[in-house]
Amino acid sequence: MATPAAPAGGARNGAGPEWGGFDENIQGGGSAVIDMENMDDTSGSSFEDMGELHQRLREEEVDADAAAAEEEDGEFLGMKGFKGQLSRQVADQMWQAGKRQASRAFSLYANIDILRPYFDVEPAQVQSRLLESMIPIKMVDFPQKIAGELYGPLMLVFTLVAILLHGMKTSDTIIREGTLMGTAIGTCFGYWLGVSSFIYFLAYLCNAQITMLQTLALLGYGLFGHCIVLFVTYNIHLHALFYLFWLLVGGLSTLRMVAVLVSRTVGPTQRLLLCGTLATLHMLFLLYLHFAYHKVVEGILDTLEGPNIPPMQRVPRDIPAALHAVRLPTTVLNATAKAVAVTLQSH
Amino acid sequence: MAEAAESPGDPGTATPRPLFAGLSDISISQDIPVEGEITIPMRSRIREFDSSTLNESVQNTIMRDLKAVGKKFMHVLYPRKSNTLLRDWDLWGPLILCVTLALMLQRGSVDSEKDGGPQFAEVFVIVWFGAVTITLNSKLLGGNISFFQSLCVLGYCILPLTVAMLVCRLVLLAEQGPINFMVRLFVVILMFAWSIVASTAFLADSQPPNRKALAVYPVFLFYFVISWMILTFTP
Repeated sequence: MATPAAPAGGARNGAGPEWGGFDENIQGGGSAVIDMENMDDTSGSSFEDMGELHQRLREEEVDADAAAAEEEDGEFLGMKGFKGQLSRQVADQMWQAGKRQASRAFSLYANIDILRPYFDVEPAQVQSRLLESMIPIKMVDFPQKIAGELYGPLMLVFTLVAILLHGMKTSDTIIREGTLMGTAIGTCFGYWLGVSSFIYFLAYLCNAQITMLQTLALLGYGLFGHCIVLFVTYNIHLHALFYLFWLLVGGLSTLRMVAVLVSRTVGPTQRLLLCGTLATLHMLFLLYLHFAYHKVVEGILDTLEGPNIPPMQRVPRDIPAALHAVRLPTTVLNATAKAVAVTLQSH
Repeated sequence: MAEAAESPGDPGTATPRPLFAGLSDISISQDIPVEGEITIPMRSRIREFDSSTLNESVQNTIMRDLKAVGKKFMHVLYPRKSNTLLRDWDLWGPLILCVTLALMLQRGSVDSEKDGGPQFAEVFVIVWFGAVTITLNSKLLGGNISFFQSLCVLGYCILPLTVAMLVCRLVLLAEQGPINFMVRLFVVILMFAWSIVASTAFLADSQPPNRKALAVYPVFLFYFVISWMILTFTP
């Protein structure tokens, strides 16, 4: 009997200061509204509900203040002011309702926190993933793991844009009806987003186990090889070197992506379709980037078209000079056509 | 005076008088001030501030804003770990710098007059959308800096590169050649490093400590693109 009493007494003693502190908190606060910020996980409500409760409580305070102010006003104005006060109150309530709806919609759609989990990486992780993107792993039985993050791919796309800009400037590329930066950004982001979506669509057709986020991440990290090749070959202008790098580095990163896709697809036809498409697009993109934006083409174009036309000048076709968005695909298509023609004719 | 004080809310009045009947009896003599401050601390201070800046002359406003911008320029040129850029952020400085840089980077090329246009818009769009992207990235990585504070810091740290642009313009007035290029390259690299050091000094504290490199890398790319545009500029 002593033993149950002692721990009870001990518990009471131990809880004494805590209970005292709790009392202090309630007395010291003195506000009629419960401070929601101190409620931890006892409520069990979701994040949005907490936010909504917050907002509603804050608005109730504001409404209480406004109502108190209006009461005083009403007494002052007498009977004539009452109708004006009523209309004012109605307008006020409509404004509050509208504001509440707008802020709820805004917090729902403009919430960048949706993307936050995809940026939850450490520098060491990014480094290791960059290196792994060049190492193909031959594991076909189990689906290979793809890191679902967006920081690395996004930074790689921006790096590619910077390298492309560097290459265009060194080769004195002139782009009419457009800007260098716009072309570079459009090309790189267009490739990353467009080809990822296309591969995801094909994967859906071929019943592959891969999500959109994973295709974005896979293709994004595959651009690491492109960055290396272009960085080297925009500075050292040797044709043979470029082809060597294209095969080696480009090939390695393509093999890695192909291995991952093969491990996630069943059936030989599906594997062939998916991996063939990805390999073709990946390697051709590197080829395009090198030839479309580089000084090497100058000499070839000169011999083909004569010295009248300045090199690498993209003359737009007849397009209405309205939107920049309309100009950009045309210049890109035009450049593609020219680059393909050049590569075909140079062999 | 006593009547005026007592009549409005007098609870002890037995006779039912219409409200505020006693107000007609008030006579205000000249030495009683009928205006004054309601002594609620926060509100009176704000009201005072508003009316004083509205009534001052335009020159005063402009000089005050220019002085604030100039003070922040000094902070960028001698970067120490201070909070000034973050606490009172403003976007005047970045706007001035961006417009100056864009104007100087316009090339009057021999091809057509049209080439002047895209250059200005290009620089403008690069600076502002680059700053927005870097800010979003640092917020998504878990930084606790506000949107406009980050824009302010990134914009102000373009100052060294604007100075580099001015120097390059002057150097280009001399004869062209490899020495010319080396001088310009050296100046641009120096100013590029200065920009990165300045922006890191201000921004690094707002990031979680293990992710500073992740937040600094896009800043590096951003200033690299601007430096590249400055270096390859030929009139």
